[in-house]
Amino acid sequence: MAQSDKSQVFVLPAQPGLTAVRPAGRARWGRHTRRVVGHIVAYMVMTAMCIVFLIPLFWMISTSFKDRGQVFLWPPRWIPDPIVWQNFPEVFRLVPFGRFIINTMNIMLWNILGNIISTLLVAYGFARLRFPGRDIFFMLLIATMMIPYQVTLIPTFIMFKLIGWYNTYLPLTVPAFFGAPFFIFLMRQYMMTLPLELDDAARIDGCNYLQVLYRILTPLCIPPLTIVVVFTFIGVWNDYFGPLIYLNDAPKFTVALGMVMFEATFYGTVNYGLLMAAGLMSVIPLLVLYYFAQDKLIGGIASVGLKG
Amino acid sequence: MTKALSQENGFIKPGRQKRSSLGRQEAIWGLLCISPWLLGFILFTAGPIIASFLISLTRWDIVNPPRWTGLSNYVQILTDDKDFRQALKVTTTFAAVSLPLHIGLGLGLSLLLNLKVKGMNVYRTLFYLPAVLPAVSVTFLWVWIFNPRFGLFNYLLSLVGIEGPAWFLSPRWALPGLIIMSLWGLGGGAVIYLAGLQNIPPHLYEAAEIDGANFWQRFWRITIPLLTPTLFFQLVMSLIGLFQTFVSAYVATRGGPLKSTLFYMLYLYQKAFGSLQMGYGAALAWILTVIILVLTVLVFRSSALWVYYESERPRR
Repeated sequence: MAQSDKSQVFVLPAQPGLTAVRPAGRARWGRHTRRVVGHIVAYMVMTAMCIVFLIPLFWMISTSFKDRGQVFLWPPRWIPDPIVWQNFPEVFRLVPFGRFIINTMNIMLWNILGNIISTLLVAYGFARLRFPGRDIFFMLLIATMMIPYQVTLIPTFIMFKLIGWYNTYLPLTVPAFFGAPFFIFLMRQYMMTLPLELDDAARIDGCNYLQVLYRILTPLCIPPLTIVVVFTFIGVWNDYFGPLIYLNDAPKFTVALGMVMFEATFYGTVNYGLLMAAGLMSVIPLLVLYYFAQDKLIGGIASVGLKG
Repeated sequence: MTKALSQENGFIKPGRQKRSSLGRQEAIWGLLCISPWLLGFILFTAGPIIASFLISLTRWDIVNPPRWTGLSNYVQILTDDKDFRQALKVTTTFAAVSLPLHIGLGLGLSLLLNLKVKGMNVYRTLFYLPAVLPAVSVTFLWVWIFNPRFGLFNYLLSLVGIEGPAWFLSPRWALPGLIIMSLWGLGGGAVIYLAGLQNIPPHLYEAAEIDGANFWQRFWRITIPLLTPTLFFQLVMSLIGLFQTFVSAYVATRGGPLKSTLFYMLYLYQKAFGSLQMGYGAALAWILTVIILVLTVLVFRSSALWVYYESERPRR
C-alpha cells in the first residue's frame, strides 16, 4: 500500500535540486488524498494566474491584427474578425522599421563580439593567473556592479561628445570591449570550477597563456558564454536609454527608439493596431530567443541571485 | 617580458630562478588579461565618478566653457527646487509601494512555482516571459491596456461593475497604473527566489515533518530563514532598480499629468539632456546616488539582524 502510494505521490521523477515541499516520508491514509487535492488546487491557481499574466501579450497580438474600426470597439473584441494583416506592411511603410532592425543588429553584433572577448580575457586573468593585487581588483569589480549608473552618466556622455562620438554607434559598442563586471564575475566563477591541471598540461605542451585560454578553456566555457550572448542580446535589443541620449538622426535609430518615434507620428490619436503590430515585431526576436535559451536564461539569473 | 620568455625557453637556468621568472611572467600576463576591464574601470567608472562630482560644482551647457559655482547647485536643489521635491516624492512613493508588492508577490509566486507537479517548467517559462520583453513595447502595450475609453483594463473592471479611472491621463491614477504595470515583470524576481528555494536541503523539511511541524511552521522556521540571503540580494537590487525607474515613465507619461509621475531619473534626464544643465544634472545624480547608498548601507547594516547564512554560526 505504502509503495503504490509513494509512486502516486512522486508524479515526477525526483529531480536533483528540487525541494520536496512535502516529502513522502511515511505514507498515511488521508495524506494521499490531501496531496492530490492540493495539486489540483495548485494547478487551478497556477493556470488562473498564468491566464492573467498572458492576457496582456494576447491583447497585443490580438490588437495588431485589427483595423482601426475594430481597435476602437466597445465592448472590445477578443479575437479579431476579420483578421487584418495590413498593419505589418503599413508599419514598414510609415517608418524605416527594417532599417531600425539592421541598426540594432549592427550594435548587437559588436556588443556580443566585445563582450565575448573581454569577458573571456578578464575572467581568465582573475580565475587562472596569479598576480599582485588580484583579489583587491576583483573586489573592486564586484563593488562596481552596485554603482548606480546615473553617477557616471553625465561625464561619460560629455566625454563621448567631446571626442566626436555623439550620434555614432561607438558609445553604444566600444564599452563592451572593456568588459561588463557582471559577465566577468559569472565567467570567473565558472572558470574556477575547471581543474587547473588542464592549464598546466597545456603549458607543458608548449601553449602560451593566450593559447591556453582559447584552445583549452574557451571550448569548456560554452555554458557561461551562452549566457553572455543571450544577456547581451536582450540588453541591446531592449536598451532604450543609451540610444536615446547618444543617437540623434532617425535613420540611425534602433528598434526601441524607433518605436517611440513611431508613436509620436500619430499626433494624439494613436492607431493602436499599428503600434501593437510594431510592438509585436519588436517582441518576436525575444520570444524566439527565449524559446531556445530559457533554461540558460533562468539558470544564469538564478546563479547570480544565489551569490548575493 | 622578452627576457622572461627567453628564460623560459632556456632550460639551463637554475630551477629556483626559473620558477620566480615564470611567476613574474604569469603576473604580467595576468595584468594584461585584466587590463581591458582595468582600463574600462578608469575610463567609464572611476574617472566619471570624480568628474561627475567636479561637474556638479559648475554651471555647464557643454557649448560654452564650464563656470565654477561651488555648491550652489546643491543649495538650489535642496532649498529651492519644487520639481526636485516632487521627483523625490514620486520615486519614493513608487519604491515604497512597489518593493513590498514585488517581494511579497514574487515570493508567493516562487513558492507556487516550486511545487512538484507535472508541467511546472511550462508555468515557469510563461511567468518569466514578460520580464525579458523590451520595456518600450511593454509600456506601449500597457498604455493601450490602460486606455480610459477603449482599454482592456477598464473593460474588465466594467464587467464587475467598476467604472475605471483615466489611468495615465489622471494625476491620481497614473502612478498606480505604473505600479500595476511593473508587477507584470514579477517573474523576474520569482525566478531568483525559486533558485534560492531549490537550494534549501530537502532533509530539513523531512526532519521537521517527522517532528510534526505543519506547513506554516515549516514555512516560517525553514523556508524563510534559509531564503533570507536571497531576499537580501533581491531587496538591495530592487531598491537600486526602483529608484532608477526611467523608461516606463518616459514612454508612458513623460512625467505627467501634472508631474504626477515625474520620476527622479526623468527629472535628471530633463535637466541634463533636455535643457543641457550638466552641472545641475550631475548634482542631481550625486544626490540620488547618496540616497541609494544610504538606503543600501541601512539594508546591509540591518542584514546582521535578519539574514541567516548557513556557513556562519547560528545566531541563537
